[in-house]
Amino acid sequence: MTKVYHRPDERGYFGRFGGAFIPEMLHRNVAELRERYLDITSDPGFRREFDALLREYVGRPTPLYLAERLSEVVGARIWLKREDLCHTGAHKINNTVGQVLLAQRLGRRRIIAETGAGQHGVATATVCALKGLECVVYMGEKDIARQAPNVARMRMLGAQVVPATSGSRTLKDATNEAIRDWINHPEDTHYIIGSVVGPHPYPDMVARFQSVISLEVRAQLLTATGSELPTHVVACVGGGSNAAGAFYHFLEEPSVRIVAVEAAGMGVESGQSAATTRLGKPGILHGSMSLLMQTEDGQVVEPHSISAGLDYPGIGPMHAHLFESGRGDFLSATDEEALAAAFELSRLEGIIPALETAHALAVLPRMGLKPSDQVVLCLSGRGDKDLATYMQAMESGMDTQKTDIP
Amino acid sequence: MSRLQPLFDRKRRGVLNVYCTAGFPRRDDTLPVLRALEGHGADIIELGMPYSDPLADGPVIQRSNATALANGMSIPLLFSQLEALRPSVGLPVILMGYLNPILQYGFERFCADAARVGIDGLILPDLPEYEYEHVYGPIIRAHGLDFSFLVTPETSEERVRRLDALSNGFLYAVSSSSTTGGDSDMGPVEGYLGRLRKFALRNPVLVGFGIRDRGGFLAACKHAEGAIIGSAYIRALEAGGDVDVATERFLQAILT
Ligand SMILES: Cc1ncc(COP(=O)(O)O)c(C=O)c1O
Repeated sequence: MTKVYHRPDERGYFGRFGGAFIPEMLHRNVAELRERYLDITSDPGFRREFDALLREYVGRPTPLYLAERLSEVVGARIWLKREDLCHTGAHKINNTVGQVLLAQRLGRRRIIAETGAGQHGVATATVCALKGLECVVYMGEKDIARQAPNVARMRMLGAQVVPATSGSRTLKDATNEAIRDWINHPEDTHYIIGSVVGPHPYPDMVARFQSVISLEVRAQLLTATGSELPTHVVACVGGGSNAAGAFYHFLEEPSVRIVAVEAAGMGVESGQSAATTRLGKPGILHGSMSLLMQTEDGQVVEPHSISAGLDYPGIGPMHAHLFESGRGDFLSATDEEALAAAFELSRLEGIIPALETAHALAVLPRMGLKPSDQVVLCLSGRGDKDLATYMQAMESGMDTQKTDIP
Repeated sequence: MSRLQPLFDRKRRGVLNVYCTAGFPRRDDTLPVLRALEGHGADIIELGMPYSDPLADGPVIQRSNATALANGMSIPLLFSQLEALRPSVGLPVILMGYLNPILQYGFERFCADAARVGIDGLILPDLPEYEYEHVYGPIIRAHGLDFSFLVTPETSEERVRRLDALSNGFLYAVSSSSTTGGDSDMGPVEGYLGRLRKFALRNPVLVGFGIRDRGGFLAACKHAEGAIIGSAYIRALEAGGDVDVATERFLQAILT
């Protein structure tokens, strides 16, 4: 039997991770999705509308840009997949376009979503505005405070933003509240999960919508270099959707090194971290078995990351499997390393990245790369939403010009 | 042997199951609450094991979970409290909880300890039917524990029958599509319960979610063997004061 990494089995398992651990109140909706998502999304009418929106509304294909000055500093050829140039500023909209079209075909008029950094919330609110659907976004109270511009954008787009006030008041709790909303509104509502987490079929469905990233990379690399395959693909992992999309069409290519980067927060051992593969054990959160940061008693631990989009105590089951099987290398970057990497990219390439993405950039010097390596890095989003954090870093006197810029 | 079957053999109408959270309102209130519930007329006790992320629960039970965890409640501590459960409490006691803390404790060890201290059954809302049938159900049954699945107004007849066939003790009918503690208008619920009744299921049916007073209890009991009250009782305990006095006042208002 050949191992398959990019898809789950028919019960939604990637290795021993995945499944659908949901209360009966969600059964009908999740079962309906599971039974219909493949048929609906492979229908030619759906594909036409999806592809047209990605092209004309989202702005795909996004460029694959050879970052020459960054390459020189790192000592390998670094290709940036510019998801930051998508409409709304991150990869998240690839998934929300797909799921809104799916929700319409399921006859749903009301859309709910959770959001951490606010990028998924904005992407959901955007496509709901486009299609005239009601939109409610749950967001942790703490994230509402640190991602104010995105909160304003969602409201301007007509979405209702509901603060999640329980627990750590971040992404985990926003997801709990969104799931509870779905339990209370089973007939008219579709829940658009923003990452490759949740009960089957969400991890697979979201990965398929995001897989356009690696599909484009293959074609673009072929044109640019004569080979479809890079030596490495690097992406940050919160729940893991931009990483799943960037890895997807390379997972069955053994020559391609898969590098996932988690948020180490103040340091993996500091007690203030979100590095799930380092700190987690198998467990169940939000309807799937995966790796989970938890106490000895199985209570979910409150994570920490400077980046709201990575501030999550779990990862998607596909990634847990990539980690456990050894198919992926899992690295991590601290808050401070991510900040430094964000400033470095800004000054080297004139691209201000999202804080989430900055974690992926931060590990490049540590990967032991050779000059001949062709590295694709998923530049998952732009940094507009993080300006307040970046300004604070500058005001705090952080050395924002550490790199000797050639 | 579970105490549920003998209870339903004796009592087919108006069975009152009351939910409480272990370690709430104070850490060592677990047994005093159980004794008070038995002393003042409950028929079954559903003892909740607190969890950091209780997805199927509304604000009141979320709050009691958070308080119990802050009190230091855990599964090992619960079992040490429950060493004194029997014979001081004679009622059937069901443990309710989410799967993750149980998996970390060890599923088999959990079932063995539960059976040893005299627990009668389990309700694990996020344990799906497939995993129950293939992995966990055989362990639960091997330790002589009953297991109740939930059904909702959205559950198809075919699925109700399958979940009834897999359940032992009773079937848990969620009164409406909601998290716990919502407002249930018993009107439409009666139609749904009437439908369940016609299925002539093998298990007694207890109705839960959103029942908080005598009126709701009587309406539920018209079409089912009994009802489960949770959030309303937690709220009564939250008001403070002596656990026994609060429980007596609460149960009297429901039962008389
Ligand atoms: C720009 C950006 N990158 C990455 C993430 C992390 O999510 P995921 O791991 O699902 O890609 C987020 C989440 O908000 C984001 O906004």
